[in-house]
Amino acid sequence: MKRLVVVGAGMATGRALEHLFEREPGRWSVTLFNAEPRGNYDRIMLSPVLSGEKAYEDIVIHDAAWYEAHGVECRFGTRVASVDRAAKTVTSETGDVVAYDKLLIGTGSDPFMIPLPGHDLDGVIAYRDLEDTERMMAMGAGRRVVVIGGGLLGLEAAAGMAARGADVTVIHINPHLMERQLDEAAGYLLRKALVEKGITVRCSANSTEILGDGGHVRALMLDDGTELACDLLVMAVGIRPNVAVAKRAGLAVGRGIQVDDRMVTSDADVLAVGECVEHDGALFGLVAPLYDQAKVVAATLTGEDAAFVPKELSTKLKVTGCDLFSAGDFAEGEGREDIVLRDPSRGVYRRLVLQQDRVVGAVMYGDTADSAWFFQLIKDRTDITDMRETLIFGPAYQGGGQADPMAAVAALPDDAEICGCNGVCKGTIVAAIEGGAVDLGGVRANTKASASCGTCTGLVEQLIAAQTGAAAPAVQPVCGCTDLTHEEVRRLIKSQALKTMPAVWQELGWKTVDGCHTCRPALNFYLLADWPLDYADDPQSRFINERKHANIQEDGTFSVVPRMWGGVTTPDELRAIADAADKYHVPTVKVTGGQRIDLLGVRGEDLPAIWRDLNEAGMVSGYAYSKGLRTVKTCVGTDHCRFGTQDSTGLGIALEKTLHGSWTPHKLKLGVSGCPRNCAEATCKDIGVVCVDSGYQVSIGGAAGMDVKETEFLIQVPTEAETIQVIKAVIQVYRENAKYLDRIYKWLAKVGMDWVRAQIEDPDERRALVDRFELSQSVYRHDPWARHAAAQAERYRPVASLALEAAE
Amino acid sequence: MNWIDIAALDEIPARGARKLTTAQGCVAVFRTGGDDVYALDDRCPHKGGPLSEGIVHGQSVTCPLHNWVFDLNTGRAMGADEGTVPTYPCRVEGGRILIDASRLARASAA
Ligand code: SRM
Ligand SMILES: Cc1cc2nc3c(=O)[nH]c(=O)nc-3n(C[C@H](O)[C@H](O)[C@H](O)COP(=O)(O)OP(=O)(O)OC[C@H]3O[C@@H](n4cnc5c(N)ncnc54)[C@H](O)[C@@H]3O)c2cc1C
Ligand code: SF4
Ligand code: FES
Repeated sequence: MKRLVVVGAGMATGRALEHLFEREPGRWSVTLFNAEPRGNYDRIMLSPVLSGEKAYEDIVIHDAAWYEAHGVECRFGTRVASVDRAAKTVTSETGDVVAYDKLLIGTGSDPFMIPLPGHDLDGVIAYRDLEDTERMMAMGAGRRVVVIGGGLLGLEAAAGMAARGADVTVIHINPHLMERQLDEAAGYLLRKALVEKGITVRCSANSTEILGDGGHVRALMLDDGTELACDLLVMAVGIRPNVAVAKRAGLAVGRGIQVDDRMVTSDADVLAVGECVEHDGALFGLVAPLYDQAKVVAATLTGEDAAFVPKELSTKLKVTGCDLFSAGDFAEGEGREDIVLRDPSRGVYRRLVLQQDRVVGAVMYGDTADSAWFFQLIKDRTDITDMRETLIFGPAYQGGGQADPMAAVAALPDDAEICGCNGVCKGTIVAAIEGGAVDLGGVRANTKASASCGTCTGLVEQLIAAQTGAAAPAVQPVCGCTDLTHEEVRRLIKSQALKTMPAVWQELGWKTVDGCHTCRPALNFYLLADWPLDYADDPQSRFINERKHANIQEDGTFSVVPRMWGGVTTPDELRAIADAADKYHVPTVKVTGGQRIDLLGVRGEDLPAIWRDLNEAGMVSGYAYSKGLRTVKTCVGTDHCRFGTQDSTGLGIALEKTLHGSWTPHKLKLGVSGCPRNCAEATCKDIGVVCVDSGYQVSIGGAAGMDVKETEFLIQVPTEAETIQVIKAVIQVYRENAKYLDRIYKWLAKVGMDWVRAQIEDPDERRALVDRFELSQSVYRHDPWARHAAAQAERYRPVASLALEAAE
Repeated sequence: MNWIDIAALDEIPARGARKLTTAQGCVAVFRTGGDDVYALDDRCPHKGGPLSEGIVHGQSVTCPLHNWVFDLNTGRAMGADEGTVPTYPCRVEGGRILIDASRLARASAA
């Protein structure tokens, strides 16, 4: 009999023993040590045990009878302390010495505990074994738990405890969950499903300290100062191979115990298997490769030739109701291409990554029925040229299948508001259609939907088409990433409360992974205009001018235009501008058509510095690059002009100060003239004010660019204060409703002056609009130059210089 | 291959780019939404636009000057436009961005 000593009765050594006993029954005398006080069980299934779907008895792999039948001497609850490779013995922590011919190490991994202050408090645990699981099972209704880590383990722990009624919060450091296996879109859907289960999910969150009370955990503190009270804190942030015994024995250890293709360590009589090993630089954390290793271990022990070959891996999450699958490679590669399918009505997302006519990666959420088929395509490196067009639909559709362009509308819940003007929900419209209103006119007459500003017309038409089976009228979609128009996207963002870019992509069925240069800036504007407090402006979805707060020139330099409120300046400001022009070698200084001074030809790297200089002289960004408030052009008014009726300069300055920083669908220019002679050209601006003896005439929809338009009269009001309110309200209606890149005159032609005037004249509506405008300004009325010069200056410099590296 | 460590992945925003200066001009280093990295000459073949300032989407970038779109893998213009931007092997390892500088260094040594 050959003597085999096994350290660790885990899933890997358990499988190795099965193969060994199959190949050479009765030829091995095995001593099996395990630190846990039990034999081999299905660790993977701890999650169903936690959630109550299974009991521990159901997941035992090897019971006492099995060990006895194979003559295994079990030393459970006993840790191996050391190995004497010269004497070929192991010593347990209780002092027993056992001799071996061959030694197999399968000590698994240790959970990584973040060394936060307080990590050693009672009630701070990992998720690895039955003891941990039992601690978590004690968390029922009324108990509060925080889980650090939004990966596979953390989410299974969270879902298991939530199923028992505990109040669970997951803290994740990355912006989306399971970022190693999922992309943003799948991460978004997963988060949504977990939130529906009552779990609180906080992404991009950093923990700083664990607070205790009498030696027991009391709360987790985040870096923003939030304290999350908890009775139990579970850390599931990763694992480290358990190499303690191997290291002490003097075996070659890198990140794990180093083994060759035959699973032999640096000592010919010592083998290792499982999560504790490092093979060809790689570590392992899923059972599929461990089982392959176990087979090789048995072959090596019985003197046969076998080699471990790592294969493609796939991941699933064992949380009921969260069907996800991820496999293969999403990193790097020549000529890769994505195919994306989203079905918002079923909450389905599929993405395939192709490379040279092969599938190299797949992510799926919601419907993973075909995952095995896709995984096989990846593993077999199948040439998919012939089925490329329909590949994404899965095996059932080979030869047919098509995405449904009306899926987004079909997916809407009945209470989703379609017509914002008249507060008409989808359910009401569907009822009207079922009641016989089969065209737009009928629906309008019955429900008033789309009868006011008309921007929801497209959606109503799609609903009619979806209900009656008629063809929806051809429309101009935003871009190739979607079949929806701008107006439809805007309405759906509001009615479905979509507050992030991935939410829009998924719920509205975007056909690409992350949009394109046409839709991303539009979505960024819609989201920030509708949800100023919830949505974080995304610089990467902005055109370069807005991302860098300067206009790019054809030679790659930039122009810098400081604000000159109402066109009024001072000798000090002029001196500061002159100094900056000298200091940064500005080739051209020009007076603009907007009553201010443009410094043209500034190098990108110099931008933060020149801004800092101008800031110090009291000047701020003029937003000359923005789809937002540009200038308020004024004339001299009553201050100096013998015809002036009101203080047009003062009003212009007041307007510019309160409006600056606001983002709008297109650029927004204002003019204030002191009398109808109109020296400020107010009647060809987006919004113009002409002062008269009796007050202020506000008109809108002018332009003097590619189209020259005179403004249309909107309203006359008696005071400066009311003028400002009216203008804020107009800007807000425009911000909330217009299509991205429509200036006021274009939008006005679509919704009609009567509708706009009705909003402004209604005092409640006007007040509500002004309030929403101010809410948004509480976030956006600031000087981006100051912020960028202080905190982002680094981004304006090259990331590195290779010329220097090479010289060093 | 001559892999040089140029920066931490985090120094480039996701769906963004930064310039890398080299002896033979600027190279744009891109990071996609999926955290892949690519390096291309920072010069659009159309009229020299700085590609590092473009909008990054999927595995492409749109030139900020006239909206030509380039495949970051191959450097080729997509759609109807024609032109190719030289690319340089580039990868992420342990959170750091490495670029193959053999072609760049050769020129700078000369
Ligand atoms: C600097 C300036 C010209 C000047 O030297 O006077 C200027 C410069 C540019 N204008 Fe203008 N416009 C300037 C006043 C105007 C005016 C006059 C005015 O504002 O009173 C108009 C006509 C009035 C109007 O807007 O209706 C004007 C109508 C345009 C248009 C056409 C807009 C339209 O809707 O038809 C564009 C194109 C666009 O925005 O898409 C444009 C676009 C541009 C751009 C941003 C082109 C571009 O995208 O790169 C130019 C940037 C040059 C640069 O690199 O800095 N510019 N532009 C003026 C800056 C004013 C300021 O202080 O902010
Ligand atoms: C909750 C949970 C869910 C999981 N879900 C999945 C999944 O869905 N899919 C998947 O593929 N994988 C999953 N895994 C991972 C999978 O369980 C592991 O990859 C696998 O169990 C590793 O097997 P192993 O034999 O290497 O180590 P283990 O199973 O951890 O066994 C190692 C054993 O060695 C013992 N030991 C350590 N040191 C000593 C010593 N000095 N002396 C004696 N004994 C010692 C330990 O006590 C332990 O019992 C999950 C893991 C957990 C914790
Ligand atoms: S008129 Fe044309 S060329 Fe002149 S500044 Fe305006 S956009 Fe540029
Ligand atoms: S310079 Fe790039 S598209 Fe014109």
